[in-house]
Amino acid sequence: MKKIFPLILILLLLTSVFAGCGSKDDKDTESSGNQTVQDTSDNKDSNEDDNTNEEAPIKGDITVLTNRTDIVDTVFEEYKKAFNNLYPEVKVSFEAITDYAGQVKIRMNTEDYGDVLLIPNDVPVQDLPDFFEPLGTQEALSKDYLFTEEKAYDGTVYGIPVVVNAQGILYNKKVFEQAGVSTLPKTPEEFLDAMRKIKDNTEAIPYYTNYAAGWTMNQWEPHRTSVAGDSDYVNSMIHMDDPFGPDKPHYQVYRLLYDLVKEGLVETDPMTTDWELSKQWIADGKIGAMVLGSWAIVQAQELAANPDDIGYMPFPYTNDDGKIYAASGGDYKIGINKNSKNKEAAKAWLDWFINESGFAIDQGGISPVIGVEFPTTLSAYQELGVELISNNPPSAEEQGLLDQVDQEAEIGFWQPDYKQRIIEAALGNRSESFDDIMNDLNKKWAKARTEIIK
Amino acid sequence: MFRFSNLTYKQQRRIIIILFLIIPLTLLFTFSFLPMINMFYYSFLKWNGFSKRQTFVGFDNYIKIFTNPEYFSVFKVSLYYFAASFVQLGLALYFATVLNFNIKAKGFFKGVLFFPSLMNGVAIGFVFLYFFRPEGTLDSLLSFLGTGHWIRLWLQDIKLINVSLAATSIWTYMGFNFIVFLGSIQSISGDIYEAADIDGANRWQQFKYIIWPSIRRIIELNLILAVKGSISVFDIPYIMTGGSNGSKTFVIQTVDTAFKYGKFGLASAMAVVLLLIIVIATIIQKKFFKEKEA
Repeated sequence: MKKIFPLILILLLLTSVFAGCGSKDDKDTESSGNQTVQDTSDNKDSNEDDNTNEEAPIKGDITVLTNRTDIVDTVFEEYKKAFNNLYPEVKVSFEAITDYAGQVKIRMNTEDYGDVLLIPNDVPVQDLPDFFEPLGTQEALSKDYLFTEEKAYDGTVYGIPVVVNAQGILYNKKVFEQAGVSTLPKTPEEFLDAMRKIKDNTEAIPYYTNYAAGWTMNQWEPHRTSVAGDSDYVNSMIHMDDPFGPDKPHYQVYRLLYDLVKEGLVETDPMTTDWELSKQWIADGKIGAMVLGSWAIVQAQELAANPDDIGYMPFPYTNDDGKIYAASGGDYKIGINKNSKNKEAAKAWLDWFINESGFAIDQGGISPVIGVEFPTTLSAYQELGVELISNNPPSAEEQGLLDQVDQEAEIGFWQPDYKQRIIEAALGNRSESFDDIMNDLNKKWAKARTEIIK
Repeated sequence: MFRFSNLTYKQQRRIIIILFLIIPLTLLFTFSFLPMINMFYYSFLKWNGFSKRQTFVGFDNYIKIFTNPEYFSVFKVSLYYFAASFVQLGLALYFATVLNFNIKAKGFFKGVLFFPSLMNGVAIGFVFLYFFRPEGTLDSLLSFLGTGHWIRLWLQDIKLINVSLAATSIWTYMGFNFIVFLGSIQSISGDIYEAADIDGANRWQQFKYIIWPSIRRIIELNLILAVKGSISVFDIPYIMTGGSNGSKTFVIQTVDTAFKYGKFGLASAMAVVLLLIIVIATIIQKKFFKEKEA
């Protein structure tokens, strides 16, 4: 007995320690649970107050997650000051994350993913209610903001875009001039011609693929809508067996990429491209053109000796009706963590950031607020009579289906894989032709489609 | 009054052992075994990594891996690294033996050889990206030596890309093997060499009859680590090419499956398969060495 006694004692001690931890945890979650309930009731109260008496001060600490590591210590600090002039009792802190989507998705398994954050793009819409606070009904919000439908489920909006992008091609006007390209190309063939002229007449790299960075290749994907010229095209894809067939937009878009590489109109070694450097090079006239969203214009202009050299043109494809369309859509959508303890303060920041901060305009993009003027960076679009086109939201019963089929098929519309594969094939590194790749993607698509849509 | 010193020696010993073990074991359990048990559990699910909805699918994920040849074809890439691991061990053993004998600036060479192991894999990836790019360090060096006609597109040529990457991996990990070899060689008593010198043994004979048999165990260990390493290569190709252009390894594929295509269940199953492959490879190796000993 005597021998066993100390052992039991230790075990008891240990269990009490662990039990202590456990019960403490329980209390914590319980209390925080109570708190959120209280908070929401507070919310309601103060909202009512707001209607009658606007002076109810909003207070609390909030953490804002952002992907903009480059301006978090400069521009965002300015925003914070301006915001605190209006809401002195809200303490805002920022957390900038380089691999934003990758890290935030993992953190969403916990309750700790900031108070205000950008919704990672690959969260399926049907999961949104589990993680984010509803911001209002689609019906009401769509009157004031663009692209609220992109992060909406069952008529409720969970995120509003921080900036709206038009899609197109960034190019250097001076290089085009030197090469003798006087009019902007309106068809893929004209574009290839322009690139050939740059190769023959200048020292510049005609087209820079940005193969290595990966995500840069995804900038080609929105042009399926530009080429289709149809707001419902993307929704109709789930009814097709061959969205990569020769008469389909995807085929047209990526055929251009393939031809560019095949004809040697790109850099010598795509495998070692450098994204940061490419911005400098296009600013310096060492690169002719790159397919990038309108967000890239300002970034290139900032690096250029003469910002007017940087131009932006639509994807070179003229539709049967004689019009050029350019896809547009929301960038990251900003939302509020469902588990936030200061939802009121978070909401205040979100509203202020979208309506007052001027972030979208500062970044050379289109403001998500309806009625705000177009930025000057997109002037070429107005001159060419380009029509901006956006994807319609899917019907209620088809929500999220496209993403599901895409992931099941491992095609990855928003992953660099098949775009890189096209470049590899064009370089002769793969034994498959462009048509082989498209056929293979069609096959994967058709198989996954039968599995998901029964 | 209860006093610790009143307990018998045996009891005191037991308490102290338990107290000392509890922290490392808790850490080991929380950060190694618990995630691993979870991984086994996830491998039976269809789950995208964060959704609240998980469906139990039994062995479906495993069936998918073993019936789809695409998932296994990437093991061909591992063969490059497997071949490279022998070059790596050979070089490490060579340098360790040479530096064991008295030569000038021994410390300096040891430092130079071990230095890459101290560097972070990400940094190495970026350094070699610059090294291999057109008109990069390697090309400049070749032109400088008058062998400019050897210049290739090191990462674009489909026949060269894995060789280039495997060479980078040799450069990175050789230092570690080298230090382990050197340590074990230096533990051999100097008297034995003296005796061998008196008997008229040359350097090669000393290596063959003294060094080799004394460090066989260490060679075996390094070989197991090298094989494990070549099956699960990840950091260098992932940072340098992201697995594009035919440089995709099994681990990169697993990461892609989980984080690009949101198939956590399938990716966990792939990780379990990889674990089993490594265990089997190790057992085979152990058997192989045992038979030789007998």
